[in-house]
Amino acid sequence: MSDRILMQGNDAIARGLVAAGCAVAASYPGTPASEILASIDRWRKKCGATMHVEWAVNEKVALEIAYTAAISGLRAAVSMKQVGLNVASDPLLSAAYLGVTGGFLVVSADDPGPHSSQTEQDSRLLAMMAKVPVLDPASPAQAMALAGTGFDLSEAFRVPVMLRPTTRVCHANQDVDAPPFRPPVREARFVRDPARWAATPVYRRLLHDRLAEKVAAIAAWPATAPIRVNPDVSPAKAVVASGVAFAHARELFGELGILDRIALYQVIQPYPLHAAFIDHLRETYVEILVLEESAPVIEMQIADRHRVRGRMTGAVPGTGELLPEIVERLLSRFAGLPLPSRALPAQGGGRRPTLCPGCAHRSSFYAIRKAAPAGIYPSDIGCYTLGINLGAVDTVLCMGAAVSQAAGFDYAHRLSGKQVDIVATIGDSTFYHAGIPPLIDAVVQGARFVLVILDNGTTAMTGNQPTPGTGIGAGGETTALVDMEGLVRACGVRFCRTANPDRLPEFVTLLEEALVHARERGVAVVIARQPCAMVARIPGGKETGAIVITAECTGCRHCVDRFECPAMVFDEAANRVRIDEMTCTGCGVCVHVCPVGAIRRESAGGKRP
Amino acid sequence: MRQQIVLSGFGGQGILFLSRLLAEAAIAGGFPVLTSETHGMAQRGGVVVSHLKVGGFDSPLVRTGRADLLLVLKEENVALHREFLADGGALIVNAPVPTDAGPGVRVHAVDADALALSAGTPHAVNLILLGFALARIGGGAAGGFFCAAGEIREALSRRQGPGGSRIADALSALDLGFAHGT
Repeated sequence: MSDRILMQGNDAIARGLVAAGCAVAASYPGTPASEILASIDRWRKKCGATMHVEWAVNEKVALEIAYTAAISGLRAAVSMKQVGLNVASDPLLSAAYLGVTGGFLVVSADDPGPHSSQTEQDSRLLAMMAKVPVLDPASPAQAMALAGTGFDLSEAFRVPVMLRPTTRVCHANQDVDAPPFRPPVREARFVRDPARWAATPVYRRLLHDRLAEKVAAIAAWPATAPIRVNPDVSPAKAVVASGVAFAHARELFGELGILDRIALYQVIQPYPLHAAFIDHLRETYVEILVLEESAPVIEMQIADRHRVRGRMTGAVPGTGELLPEIVERLLSRFAGLPLPSRALPAQGGGRRPTLCPGCAHRSSFYAIRKAAPAGIYPSDIGCYTLGINLGAVDTVLCMGAAVSQAAGFDYAHRLSGKQVDIVATIGDSTFYHAGIPPLIDAVVQGARFVLVILDNGTTAMTGNQPTPGTGIGAGGETTALVDMEGLVRACGVRFCRTANPDRLPEFVTLLEEALVHARERGVAVVIARQPCAMVARIPGGKETGAIVITAECTGCRHCVDRFECPAMVFDEAANRVRIDEMTCTGCGVCVHVCPVGAIRRESAGGKRP
Repeated sequence: MRQQIVLSGFGGQGILFLSRLLAEAAIAGGFPVLTSETHGMAQRGGVVVSHLKVGGFDSPLVRTGRADLLLVLKEENVALHREFLADGGALIVNAPVPTDAGPGVRVHAVDADALALSAGTPHAVNLILLGFALARIGGGAAGGFFCAAGEIREALSRRQGPGGSRIADALSALDLGFAHGT
């Protein structure tokens, strides 16, 4: 029996952070980074450390909370997905100038592909822009080790450090030897120094000079220098790789038998790239292939351009994930070997993602189309983006944009003398994250639209993390609750009503009332409140009688096309719909959807098909 | 021993559970292991695929044409993920009749949906298929799984703790599949 344990990359990062004495951790959930914070709390409980661990309202707040602990002398970390780093970029860029006293790690998880994101952006570019060092792990085990290295680097140079895993590290599992815990023993002590912590522009210039000196020194720090895999050979060509692209390359070097023909380097710290390494590459190799995701961060720092092949030269594809099949082709070509004949794995295809059976968002979207059939439907980031399948999502831009885009559509069309019904949808967690400032703005500007807040009491898409309205903290502790209706009214909204969208006919009527208000008097908010079907047993389920399709079904497809419940299957041969007993939750909302009344609930205790 | 396995299904079918269970059995057997999972948007009833590499590997992903085994919990995914199988690899599929997967593939089919429904455990399709696969292609032998059914039973017990109805249900699902494979 081995002592090694299976750890997901995010779990390994969390273990690395807690083992290195992290005292404060904050996050906002987002794939592929979501599991890190809950895992930090599990490891905290396991080692008995005293920590502050929180799901923050958004990434900017999370970063500011952790950063402030780090300027009070503690080790602190913040984790997020790459687009969350956009939200947190304002404090990050300033924090780079001011620096830290305790170690500060920003974990920003990238999603080349993208698998579950709006963009394929490379957080390392933002690290470069902020002038903070960034570490690029190739595996869960390395990510765990680099969490500790990151704290050491941060404290050695008094600078924030970024740890940048990608989906293939976060959501890989690997056998690892977990490091022992070193519980934090430091005391928080903020040393007042307004010239630094509240620096005015004159001092900022001096701080910028100091930051540039730090970056130059970090580019010579031994602990994060590139690693040569095959130091015993002296070939004319080299492959320089980082992150999971290195892992693919390392495996393929063995399989292709090119370890004695081409030098292979792993870059641990893509920015700042070690200065001596850049010189070494230039002095040693005729041709250099750079493999990294997803922007040419390493490549652009290698000054001698004519020898370098990578994303900038077109040798490596400029977009998309560097799948191992692609790396195999690139290495084969670089080594002068025959190209592999196998196709790339299928991208996409198969059954599309859909709202869960029993999900109340489905009811809300169906009602929205019923109440405003010619409307414009701005939406937002979350499970409910899948409302696109129901034809009730027209736009998805970024967190909170449903509200500002609803206002923007009104202003734009009003200029042309048009009045259009606009019904925006936003989840509760997204509303708290970034929906409140645009709602205030819309009220002040007199925008005319209906905002439906889909309040399922959880951050469902990313694994049901709590929201400020859940009343539960990251460690399961009880927290204060935010009163959503009070918050909406305090933004100046005059029409704010709450209802259960699964009571479909009443909910449609409520939306029609809200539309009248919006047309005549400005923003109306409808809070569609029903718990997430993944976490709550919804009353009125199967125990009150099974849902059945009667002989009246005409095969018109209205329910499967407009309601799109996974429990409804269209039987092409029989030209009618049937209910899939394996997936039906018995919520019964579909009973109101059938135009000929062919969907019924059997009386309790009645026969089940 | 080096083995590459791809598991394919829909969100909610327990693909992640299955791949972690196999990974833990690999570690118990003394093998290094790497897996890669699907999370986020794709999990909402969409296509979910897990890669599992047992033995000395660096990359968490299986390349096309390299998988020794392909376990498919939804038959319609065979067309999507058939390309992962190596020549001579085995396809184990949840289907009433064997799926045509082209030349050079050993196909083993079981109607795990029907078995799960008749056993009153609709969520145990994953373990039924795994049990079937262990029986049909063998464990620990050449061309078979890297481990035997007994090691999976032990990994299940470690994961779910001793006693209780959950472990009993899980083990009986595994046994049900195994019985249909022998």
